Amino acid sequence: MKVSEIQKVLSAKQFNDVEEELSVDYGYSCDLMSDVLAFAQNNDVLLTGTVNPQVIRTCQMVDIRVIVFVRCKEPTQELIDQATKAGILLLGTHYSMYMASSLLYMAGLPGEEIENDF
Amino acid sequence: MTFNYEVDASVPEMAGRASTEFKSVLKQLGVSAKVIRRISIAMYEGEINMVIHANGGTITCQVDENQIEIVMADVGPGIPDLDLAMKAGWSTASPQARELGFGAGMGMPNMKKFSDEMEVETQIGVGTTLTLRFNLAA
Ligand SMILES: Nc1ncnc2c1ncn2[C@@H]1O[C@H](COP(=O)(O)OP(=O)(O)O)[C@@H](O)[C@H]1O
Ligand SMILES: [Mg+2]
Repeated sequence: MKVSEIQKVLSAKQFNDVEEELSVDYGYSCDLMSDVLAFAQNNDVLLTGTVNPQVIRTCQMVDIRVIVFVRCKEPTQELIDQATKAGILLLGTHYSMYMASSLLYMAGLPGEEIENDF
Repeated sequence: MTFNYEVDASVPEMAGRASTEFKSVLKQLGVSAKVIRRISIAMYEGEINMVIHANGGTITCQVDENQIEIVMADVGPGIPDLDLAMKAGWSTASPQARELGFGAGMGMPNMKKFSDEMEVETQIGVGTTLTLRFNLAA
């Protein structure tokens, strides 16, 4: 899914610019960075309510290029600059994590398969 | 080849700098994307732990033909019960660490999962040295 479509579906605001036109294959929604590290395996967009430098670092580790901050969370200018340097696009939406995830899923963006360890 | 990094716990915003830098080194060295990913995840979890649990320390990355070894040595409080620390979900992380998105008790299990070998030496009041090894040979 192209970033432009994510923006449309989530009425999302764009906080920075990156060079390429990015697109994603999967979505992952989470506030816990260890969880992102463990399970975000594919070319994901990350939906999160956590806004701090470690979110950018985490995404750098697992090659996530697009982050959507949910519930109107605003990154600081410092964070925006950090993301731009890392080639990571930052978007923001007023939707909750649940709603934002649902809307993207309905628009055709699948979620990560998690192994059933029960 | 050896790469050394200082981990300064007094600036939590910088946590992950060593892992980010070593990741670009690995890219330049032409290590496969799959292995880079596993190393990045495990090293980053270790680096975060050095910052949120252990007053920082040093990371030494040794790159050989068949193996990459990462030694993370901190001067923190040590780990009283290692079995417990290795359990998914166990965490003594502070509220500040949780705000960063850590403290879910997944760091140690993640390091185990994504490395080929993991060794922990720890002494109460002295510190913890964590060694992660990754095989490069096919
Ligand atoms: N380097 C360390 N020094 C002291 N204690 C540590 C260190 N690394 C881990 N621990 C202990 O082990 C627990 C589990 O670590 P981890 O699985 O990374 O979870 P988390 O960091 O989310 O708490 C920590 O909460 C902490 O009590
Ligand atoms: Mg941890």
